[in-house]
Amino acid sequence: MTRPKRLVATVAHRAAILCYVVFALFPLFWLLKVSVTPNDLLYSEGVRLWPSRTVFDHFDFVLRHSDFPLFFRNSMIVSLSTAFIVTILASLGGYAMSRFTFRGKFWIVGLMLLTQMFPLVMLIAPIFKILSPLGLTNSLSGLILVYVAFNVPFATFLMQSFFDGIPKDLEEAAMIDGATRFMAFRQIILPLTLPGMAATLGFVFTAAWSELLFALMLISGVDASTFPVGLLSFVSKFSVDFGQMMAAGVLALIPACLFFFFIQRYLVQGLTAGAVKG
Amino acid sequence: MASIDITDVRKAYGAVKILHGVDLTIQDGEFVVLVGPSGCGKSTLLRMIAGLEDISAGEIKIGGKRVNELDPKDRDIAMVFQSYALYPHMTVAGNMSYSLRLRKTAKEKIAKAISGAAEKLSLTPLMERRPKALSGGQRQRVAMGRAIVRKPKAFLFDEPLSNLDARLREHMRGEIKKLHQDLGATSIYVTHDQIEAMTLADRIVAMNAGIVQQVGSPLDLYDRPANLFVAGFMGSPAMNMFEGVYRVANGGSVELAQGIVVPLAGPASTADGTKVTLGIRPEHVVVGKDLAGGLAAEIDLVEPTGFGTILHSRAFGRDVKAFSLERGLAERGDTVSVSFPVERIHLFDTASGSRIG
Repeated sequence: MTRPKRLVATVAHRAAILCYVVFALFPLFWLLKVSVTPNDLLYSEGVRLWPSRTVFDHFDFVLRHSDFPLFFRNSMIVSLSTAFIVTILASLGGYAMSRFTFRGKFWIVGLMLLTQMFPLVMLIAPIFKILSPLGLTNSLSGLILVYVAFNVPFATFLMQSFFDGIPKDLEEAAMIDGATRFMAFRQIILPLTLPGMAATLGFVFTAAWSELLFALMLISGVDASTFPVGLLSFVSKFSVDFGQMMAAGVLALIPACLFFFFIQRYLVQGLTAGAVKG
Repeated sequence: MASIDITDVRKAYGAVKILHGVDLTIQDGEFVVLVGPSGCGKSTLLRMIAGLEDISAGEIKIGGKRVNELDPKDRDIAMVFQSYALYPHMTVAGNMSYSLRLRKTAKEKIAKAISGAAEKLSLTPLMERRPKALSGGQRQRVAMGRAIVRKPKAFLFDEPLSNLDARLREHMRGEIKKLHQDLGATSIYVTHDQIEAMTLADRIVAMNAGIVQQVGSPLDLYDRPANLFVAGFMGSPAMNMFEGVYRVANGGSVELAQGIVVPLAGPASTADGTKVTLGIRPEHVVVGKDLAGGLAAEIDLVEPTGFGTILHSRAFGRDVKAFSLERGLAERGDTVSVSFPVERIHLFDTASGSRIG
């Protein structure tokens, strides 16, 4: 390509990326904007990119006068527990699927795929029916159990692909060097799969953090509500407290952002691992 | 150090049989090379000795002790992998000391062992590097170092040089041989490269399709291949093979295509009229002008290797390869005379493939 042509192509390329980024981030921007807009300006100023006056009243209200801190704590407990339990289970399961042949493997993989095929809405009633006599409705542990169950299959496949990317030779070398298979797994394979585990942890955490459907159906009391359910409490029969709702939303973004900030170093490696032979 | 006894060892994956009963005894301190084409079962056999594959039937003993049921870690062997299998998250020192750390060896002893091995392999300046920051040859040496620090009963090598370029391979081949002469360790080395097998081995085990074809010293296999497979596999350029019929007349001869009769050194132990294959190595084919008893051949390809020249010619409707150290012996299109000295002829039974003279 000639120089001006290449320039045009570059500009077009960057412009397309810019369009996408603006499109993807605009709702977040709007969230932030509404959260700092005083109630009296919300409808009176028309559509403006930034209000003429900003206040933090909504944040103050959400943090001090609503149940939001409780929802937030519940969400933290549920999401972190789910993420860690799923990652541990998926690592062990993914390793087995990657390295061993065992009876029934084909059917187990098939069943795990099957669980991913149905819309979750269909399963809510039966799950409620199962959990209710066990006393697991309206409890965080019940929610964790359900989230773990629904995230393990996908996470296992994800972890399996990371283990597949690590040559078998490495653990064989370790076993010849004098390690048991489990020691080889722990000392050689796990450290190399950290990026994959971080990626899994991140995916599951966000999935659990923003899950609404089950949380809404299985939890009825305020004590065990997670924050997506809590957000709905800002919608009353007669009005929607947009300002407070958005403030709560902004606060809810923080842990997810922090979480990804901490794991992003591994995540980038993790998502590209296996793409090229190391 | 220890001897290794392999008795009627078999391997099958379901109905697919990989090894059909291998018997082999490797003496203490011996360097044995398993050689054969890919898929012949040589790597499987090595992995069974290491404990990485189950033994379907038969028995393997290391140092007189049956190891069939032992985990790799309890067999006290060291292995060098084709991929080197260095632990990417450990330094060179970490890689080399891993096995000793697992055995809870005292720190001073570990330090001494790895510095000794590092010196032997000229790795001393690289000890704090990660494998990623090493060249192929250096990685190879770290893999060797990891094996020797342990002073194991035996060393197993699984095509350790296959990932190196030709020059480095030749260099490392020499290093491995020197190391073996220094340490005197029982070693089993798997390769598909017959030059590696020839240069390294005390004894070569040639394998094909899960069966041991011949066991012997490198020159044994080269000079007296036991069957057509070994004859064809060992040597480059490969041996010329011509099918024909054995004739008892005139003290034994072979009738080749177009009625050409090649005399033998003596009678062979087979009946008149048996289908046989006559083999002769290219370097033993004599090429000249008007040789007594020579066959007319037309040169259709000349390959100079610098070291010598490979002449491809066509005689009695067959391709005949000759290798000569002389240059400018013939040009493409020349008609020359080729002859097969009787003492250099190998004779095989075509049906069974076995050597008969």
